[in-house]
Amino acid sequence: MTIDWAWVGDHLDELAFRTLQHLYLTAIAVIVGFAISFVLAVWSIRRRAVYPPIAALAGILYTIPSLALFAALVPVTGLRSIVTAEFPLVAYTLLIFLRNIVSGFDAVPGEVLEAADGMGYTSRRRLWSVELPLAIPLVIAGIRLATVSTIGLVTITGILGDSLGGLGFFIFEAYRRSFLTETLMGAVPLMVLAVIADVVLVRVQRRLTPWNRPARPSDDPTIATVGA
Amino acid sequence: MNLVEETAAWLLDAGHWSGSDGIPLRLGEHLVVSFAALLLTVAIALPIGLVVGHTRRGAAVAVNLANLGRALPTLAVITIVLPLTSAIDPQLGFKFYPTIIALIVLGIPPILVNTYVGISGVDADLVESARGMGLTERQVLRRVEIPVAIPVLAGGIRSAAVQIVATATLGAIFGGGGLGRYLVEGIAQNDNGKIFGGVTLVAILCLLTEGAFALIQRRVTSPGLTQPRFGWSSRVQPGRPGGAEFSG
Repeated sequence: MTIDWAWVGDHLDELAFRTLQHLYLTAIAVIVGFAISFVLAVWSIRRRAVYPPIAALAGILYTIPSLALFAALVPVTGLRSIVTAEFPLVAYTLLIFLRNIVSGFDAVPGEVLEAADGMGYTSRRRLWSVELPLAIPLVIAGIRLATVSTIGLVTITGILGDSLGGLGFFIFEAYRRSFLTETLMGAVPLMVLAVIADVVLVRVQRRLTPWNRPARPSDDPTIATVGA
Repeated sequence: MNLVEETAAWLLDAGHWSGSDGIPLRLGEHLVVSFAALLLTVAIALPIGLVVGHTRRGAAVAVNLANLGRALPTLAVITIVLPLTSAIDPQLGFKFYPTIIALIVLGIPPILVNTYVGISGVDADLVESARGMGLTERQVLRRVEIPVAIPVLAGGIRSAAVQIVATATLGAIFGGGGLGRYLVEGIAQNDNGKIFGGVTLVAILCLLTEGAFALIQRRVTSPGLTQPRFGWSSRVQPGRPGGAEFSG
């Protein structure tokens, strides 16, 4: 179990390419997922009745394992297709975004909304200049959760072929060749990437909402309880 | 043959229901791995969460550890652990241990965070009056804090269970057992019936797990907690965002 450093040195170009691929596969999923969720969330806030069915559907999608969703799309959209890779990635961000955006808007105090209405804000202007800024902590917490989870899931797209997978490419190829150095070439940068993304997004959140410094760790909106 | 027919044909083929690659065996493997992982996860995360929630000490450490666990991709954990465990035990160290260890890493954050937040969110007046009545710290935890926080605690265990059962599929990518085998083999063999047969089984198992744990969660929740007239129960009601999960 020794590491072949010469091999690592020879494959730094591949490492750079796969890291970039990992990032753009993640970015597409997070951006598309956020756009879809934002529209659905605003719709849910305006019409409360549509939220339970939308959340239930997103919940079912979320419960189905990623490997199963990727596999299920192979006969439909084909192996080695970016659609096969992105569809499940986007699907998994929906529940995270939806819940966080809706809870973020719910957390805006009623008096604030009334004050905005009393000042003659239109509902569109109230949404953009009052509700959204106040919902930001939870919205960013959602972006952070979705990004970190998507970084992990992108790895699994490696099963769809060598043209996908980001850093997961190394992990899958290493398994076929039983080559430990290559396994680590995928797994170690992957962990580093996920942890850096997490830390950076926490910083962004704190920077954007300096007033929201939690007194106790349990009041921190970035630590979200689940399943309650 | 269209997809539905292929899937039905695969699922109804008697040959797929027995033998060393049969559905009962694969389901059994899946459940054993998931159950072992869940049990160990609860054994690790629940006591830590209770102590941190009750004493409020080490909260920052616990939260940061949970966040780290959340960030670690399961596939990366499996592949890094694999060479180590298979050096120790070539048989189980290859098929079971890496998956179980990765699933524990996956399951700890939801249980730890929910337990800690649930217990520390119990109304301070309630805890004070329990102490005033002469309850020891251990009794306060067992008779007051845990019963009040139980919906949140159970929510964490439910979320961890569902994620563990769903993610146990990934073990198959590296030669482990479980229902994931059908997905991995189906993709490799270009066998749509096998892929969709496997997807159907895995999806049903995950939804059943979610349903079963949701039922347990409802059963263990004291009726007093769901009645709004008890003001103190509001502290542990949802109110916070969910969605901290990590699937796959």
